Amino acid sequence: MRASEIFQAHPAPPAQGLPHPQTTIRAGISGFPSPAEDYVGRTLDLNQRLVKRPSATFFMTVTGDSMEGFGIQDGDTLVVDRSVNAKPGHILVALVDGEVIVKRYELLSGRPYLCSGNDRYAPVPVSDLDCQVWGVVRSVIHEFPV
Amino acid sequence: MTYPMIGLVDCNNFYVSCERVFQPRLEGVPVGIMSNNDGCVIARSRELKALGVKMGTPAFQLQQWVSQGRIHLLSSNYELYGDMSARVREVLEEFSAGVDPYSIDEMFVRFDGFDDPATLDLARTLYRKVRQFTGIPVCVGVAPSRTLAKLANRAAKERPEYGGVCMLTGDDDETRHLLEQTELGDVWGVGQRLVERLAIQGIKTAWDLRCADPKTVRRRFAVTLERTARELRGTPCIEMNESDEPRQRIMTSRSFGRLTGELSELQEAIRQHAQRGAEKLRAQQSHTRAVLVFLKTHRHRQDLAQYSPSIVAELPEPTDDSRPILAAAQQALEAIYRPGYRFMKAGVMLLDLVDAHREQLSLLDSSGSAADRERSERLMSTLDELNQKMGRGTVRLGVPRQNAAWHLRCAHRTPRWTTQWGELLSVKA
Repeated sequence: MRASEIFQAHPAPPAQGLPHPQTTIRAGISGFPSPAEDYVGRTLDLNQRLVKRPSATFFMTVTGDSMEGFGIQDGDTLVVDRSVNAKPGHILVALVDGEVIVKRYELLSGRPYLCSGNDRYAPVPVSDLDCQVWGVVRSVIHEFPV
Repeated sequence: MTYPMIGLVDCNNFYVSCERVFQPRLEGVPVGIMSNNDGCVIARSRELKALGVKMGTPAFQLQQWVSQGRIHLLSSNYELYGDMSARVREVLEEFSAGVDPYSIDEMFVRFDGFDDPATLDLARTLYRKVRQFTGIPVCVGVAPSRTLAKLANRAAKERPEYGGVCMLTGDDDETRHLLEQTELGDVWGVGQRLVERLAIQGIKTAWDLRCADPKTVRRRFAVTLERTARELRGTPCIEMNESDEPRQRIMTSRSFGRLTGELSELQEAIRQHAQRGAEKLRAQQSHTRAVLVFLKTHRHRQDLAQYSPSIVAELPEPTDDSRPILAAAQQALEAIYRPGYRFMKAGVMLLDLVDAHREQLSLLDSSGSAADRERSERLMSTLDELNQKMGRGTVRLGVPRQNAAWHLRCAHRTPRWTTQWGELLSVKA
């Protein structure tokens, strides 16, 4: 990295307040609403909502269609938290045979499986894999083209 | 009198471990990290050390192993290492009674208010949590003094029976056993020349020094060695930056007289620290490869917003020239500064030091011409001389110009997984 392109280190993300209008925006013919009137008071911070524990939170980009049933599309951004202990029902990022994958962790008749959200891919028993949990997916960010 | 315990948390093969968090295929295989311009090896995994590859080995000498797929060499990714280091620090902050970063991969933690069993318990928690939250493996050494904590850390790293955490109380059999097996050269702050002089007096192990009469040690050797002897008994008397050890990194930091959120005051502090650091660097005839800048808010003022960022800026080439060091430090500060926070402390660390007189340096690492370097050397020694004669800070550098002509070769750098939106880890669905 050149010093000229350094980026903010992530673990203590600065507050990125989204101005939250307390009064409804008046699109009046009578003139422009005063900006001061619309932006008094509180702000909302998406970091606060999505990043529960900054030191353990990582973002990742999804490739592939196997998780579409769970609302995870190709190109989406995952918010992954390593501080959460994986439980059945969680969507995980896991290291499987040297690859980094995202799957849902489920117990099927008492045995652990990695499941896809797509009928074309069958659940795989964890016992058949060289598998290690990397982190738990807390949320997915899907941006629409606008 | 009993003292609160001090812990030393040391990340195992830190740069390589950072890379492995995001590239599982690098686990268990020999990995080396190269200097700027991919010149030589500056960090090694355990497996690469086992192959006999030394620090500073020129990368081209390893090219055959690389093409055979036997080893992996990566360009240094300081942006990633800086971010991961800050995460480790933050986990430690969350679970301990306070953290003092000692280098990018070593941090002292405080256990004030915990008794011994609770301290050991907490040390094990730190060991587990850092690994889980950040993916970085660490070892933890705990003792009443920094010198003993260093030794405890080494034991934790080298002896599997400790499970990564070793606590020495200073007066138990375990401490004695360990000190008896520790050569003096491995004690924090005891240099090679001292080792030889001490051997003549029959002082050969850390235990010998511990048992020597402190006053005699002071009279025959130096007050700093007396302090080391006292530290080995478990009496804390060496502050973090007082140790005489030949430095692998240089840190200059200070708390502000009062909390400040003024960018100009922070800039002035960082300027002073960077200059002072560069002077120390030249005094010990080293060059630095990267600059870490950190800020800290007052963690006990919970009424104030907390923000303790840090960041690493890589230098275009290893240098002891105040100007690029200052420029990098100022840019780093601007990148992490946020208004609205009141800071208690600011500091600058110079990382990955190399001997200024190593020949490879000029051949492999530098982009500038020999004449440029010579001119900068002359300027810097004049600067130091003036400051020495006329008092520190007589001649200071102004705000440095931006050097736009930095062209680094970093062909094998991994993506900046944690700091660039365009370079996130891709996960297969």
